[in-house]
Amino acid sequence: MRPATLVHRSSRPDLPRREVLRRAFAAGVLVTPVGGVLASCATAGGGEGGEGAKGKVSRENPLGVDPSAPLEVVIFDGGYGEEYAKYDENIYRQRYPEAKIEHSAIQRLQEALQPRFVAGNPPDVIDNSGSYWMDIGALVADKQLTDLSELLDAPSLDISGKKVRETLRGGVEEFGKYGDTSYVLDYAYNVYGLWYSSSLFREKGWQYPRTWTEMLDLCEEIQRSTDMAAWTYQGQFPQYFHWTILSMAAKVAGPEVLINIDNLEPNAWKQPALGQAVEAVYELPRRGYIMKGSHGLSHTEAQTEWLQGKAAFIPSGSWLESEMQDITPDGFDMVMGPHQNIAASDRLPFEALLANPGEHFIVPARGKNARGGLEFLRIMLSNRAAKKFSELTGSLTAVDGSEEGLSLGSGFDSVRTALEAAGANTFGYRFDTWYTPLWDEMIDATGALIRTEIKPSDWMARCQKKADEIAKDDSILKYKRQPG
Amino acid sequence: MRHGKYRFIVGFLVPPLLLYGIFVLSPYAQTFYIALTDWRGLSAELNFIGLENFAELVRDGAFWNALRHNGLLLVIVPAVTIALALFFASMLNLGGRRGGSAVQGVRGAEFYKVVYFFPQVLSIAVIAILWQFVYNPRSGLLNGVLDVLGLGFLRATWLGDPSLALWAVMAVLVWSGVGFYVVLFNAAIQAIPRDLFEAALLDGAGRLATFRRVTLPLLWDSVQVAFVYLGIIALDAFALVQIMTFGPGGPDDSTMVTGLYLYKNAFEYARFGYATAIGVAMFFLTLSLAVLTLRVTRRERVEY
Repeated sequence: MRPATLVHRSSRPDLPRREVLRRAFAAGVLVTPVGGVLASCATAGGGEGGEGAKGKVSRENPLGVDPSAPLEVVIFDGGYGEEYAKYDENIYRQRYPEAKIEHSAIQRLQEALQPRFVAGNPPDVIDNSGSYWMDIGALVADKQLTDLSELLDAPSLDISGKKVRETLRGGVEEFGKYGDTSYVLDYAYNVYGLWYSSSLFREKGWQYPRTWTEMLDLCEEIQRSTDMAAWTYQGQFPQYFHWTILSMAAKVAGPEVLINIDNLEPNAWKQPALGQAVEAVYELPRRGYIMKGSHGLSHTEAQTEWLQGKAAFIPSGSWLESEMQDITPDGFDMVMGPHQNIAASDRLPFEALLANPGEHFIVPARGKNARGGLEFLRIMLSNRAAKKFSELTGSLTAVDGSEEGLSLGSGFDSVRTALEAAGANTFGYRFDTWYTPLWDEMIDATGALIRTEIKPSDWMARCQKKADEIAKDDSILKYKRQPG
Repeated sequence: MRHGKYRFIVGFLVPPLLLYGIFVLSPYAQTFYIALTDWRGLSAELNFIGLENFAELVRDGAFWNALRHNGLLLVIVPAVTIALALFFASMLNLGGRRGGSAVQGVRGAEFYKVVYFFPQVLSIAVIAILWQFVYNPRSGLLNGVLDVLGLGFLRATWLGDPSLALWAVMAVLVWSGVGFYVVLFNAAIQAIPRDLFEAALLDGAGRLATFRRVTLPLLWDSVQVAFVYLGIIALDAFALVQIMTFGPGGPDDSTMVTGLYLYKNAFEYARFGYATAIGVAMFFLTLSLAVLTLRVTRRERVEY
C-alpha cells in the first residue's frame, strides 16, 4: 500500500466498482450516475456555505468548537492505516465528551465523497489522499474548502507558547497554500532518496556515492563483481524516477529549477539543470544498470526483488521501511541516502533533500462542523499525536521535532539523520497537485526514457509541450509560488 | 371485468417504466446537457459552454489515440474470437471422421467444451489479475514457458512494453471471450439437422467445404449477433485495461481506450463536463456500430 498521494496518482482501484462498470457495456451508460447526481443537486442549488456549528471561544477552546456538535472524520485507508486517527479521535472525545464522532476509513475518496460535496453535505475533516483522491485544485476553484489560517494562528495544544503555525516544519505551510490561502494540511512529511542495504554495502566495502560519476563507477563495479543489478525501479510507476530527476536538477541550480516548473515559466522544462539531471538518469538504462524486467514490475514486486538482493539501489521515499517491514530479511538494514550531486559546482550540497509533505488533510467549507474539523487538525498537530503517528507508521509528521526520542528502525533513523544533515536545504515541487495532467505526462515520458524509447531531449520537449498547453488553457486555475 | 384487467396491466407496467424513466432515460437526457457545460463534478456550480467540449475533443490527440486503440480492438478482437470459436465449435461437432461413417465431434469433445468455457466463469477482475501474473516479466508463466521451450529469446516485458501491451490486452480479450461463443455456436450447430451434414459427406465434401457451404451459412444469425456483442466489448474494454495495464492505460498511453480516458477525465482531472462529452461521443459510436453491423451482415435467411 502506498501512503503518499503523489506516488501512484492512479493505482489499482478496488474490484466491485469495476464489476459494475464492466456491465455498463457502453461508456454512454458510464456517465449516467453523474447525471443522476446533478439532477438531484444542481437544480437544488446544493447546501449553503454557512458557518455550521459554533461554540463559545475561550482559552481552552480557541477555535470556538461547539462541544456537542457531532464530528465526522474520513481517513484514507492506505499505507498509514487508520489507527493514528482513532488515537486522535480519542483525544477529541476527551476534550468534548458530548460530541459524537463518526469515523470512516476508505480508499476511493473521490467516488465516495464527490456526491456529498455536490449535495452540500461533506464530512467535517478528510484525509484527501491515495490514488483516488479529490482534485484539490478543483475543490479550491469551487470554494469547497475552509481557510485554515484560523487553525494556524491558534495556540498549539501541547507545545506551550507557540501558535500551530510555528510548530510546523519548514515548507509545510507553503505546501498547503493555493494562491495566498492555506487550504490543505499535509500531515506526513515525506523525504525522498535512494535506498540500499547498509549491511550489504559494508560487507562488500562499497561507499554510498556522493556524485553521479561515483554512482556510475559503483554501478559498474557492482555489475562486474556480483550477479546483482545495480538498480531496479517500480517500473509500472515511473514516477519513482521523478524524484531522482527533480532532486538532481534542484541540486545543480537550486530550488528555483522546481519553482520555475511549478510556475509554468516559459521553457522551464528546458532548463540546463534539468537537462543535466535527465541526461544523468538516462545513463542508467543506456549502460544497462537497471535490472532486466524492471519495467514490468509493480512497486511491491520491485521492492521485493531489491530486498532479495537482486539489485543494489532503488529510488523511493521515507515510507519504504514501513511499507516493506513484513518481508524485510533480518539484518538487511535498509537505509536511505540523498540523491547525488552531478558536479562539484552544484549549488546545493550533497545533503540537500527533496521533501514533499503528503497526506492532504482538508476541512470542507460546507461541513456541518467545520470548527470541529479544524480542532481535529489542531489535535493532530499536537506533539503527542504527532509522535504517536510516527510510532504507528514509522513516518515523520509535519510537526517539527515530534520524532525526537523515537527509534523505529534503520530506515527511520537514516531518514531522520538525512533530514538533520540537510538542515535548511530542503526543496519540493507542487505541480503534481496543481496540474495533474502535467504530472501524468511526466510519468509517461519518464517511463519511455527509462525504457530508452526516447532521448533526454525528447523527454524535455514532451514535458514542455504539455506545460505550454496547460499554460495556455484558461479553464485551468493557475497558481504561483515564490522562492524561499 | 375488462376495466379490472387494464388496472392489472397498468399496475404492473407503471412501476418499472417509472424506474426506467428515472434511472435510465433521465440520466441519459441529462448527459447530453452536462456535455455542454464545464462541470467539475465537485459542486453544484457549472457554466454552459456550448459545444466547446466537443471542439476540444476533435483537437485532443489523447482522445484520438484512445479511439484508435478501440478501432484496432474492433478490427481484430471480434474477427479472431469468432474465427477461433467457429473453428472450435465445428471441430467439437463435426471434426471427427472416425471410420468415415457418421458425422461426429473430435475425441474428448465434451471435455474441451467445458475447458473452453472456463474463462467465462471468472469475473473480469479475476481474469485481469491472473493475466498480470502470467505476463510478469521476472516470475511470469509466459516468460517461464518460453524458457522451457527454448524460446528464451522471445522473453519480453509484455505489459511493460508499449509496443506489445495492447496486443497483450487483445490476447486476453480473445482468450476470455472465445469460450462463450464456442458454446453459442455449438448450440446453433446442434440445431442444424444432422442429415444435411451427412448428405454433404455422402457428396464427398471435405471438412472445409462442409464448413463453408453448410455450417457457416446456417450459423449466420449467431455470427451476426456475436459481431455486435464483440464490437461493443471492443469499443469498451474499459474494465480489463483499467485493472490489468500499467498506469492504467500505459505504459505511455499505449493501452489507453476511450472508456478509460473518459474515466480519467471525470475522476482524476475533475472534468466531468468533458468526460460526459466523451461519453456522448461514445454513445453515438456504439450505436452506429450496432446499426451498421446489423445492416452490413444482413443476408437472406436460409430455411431448413
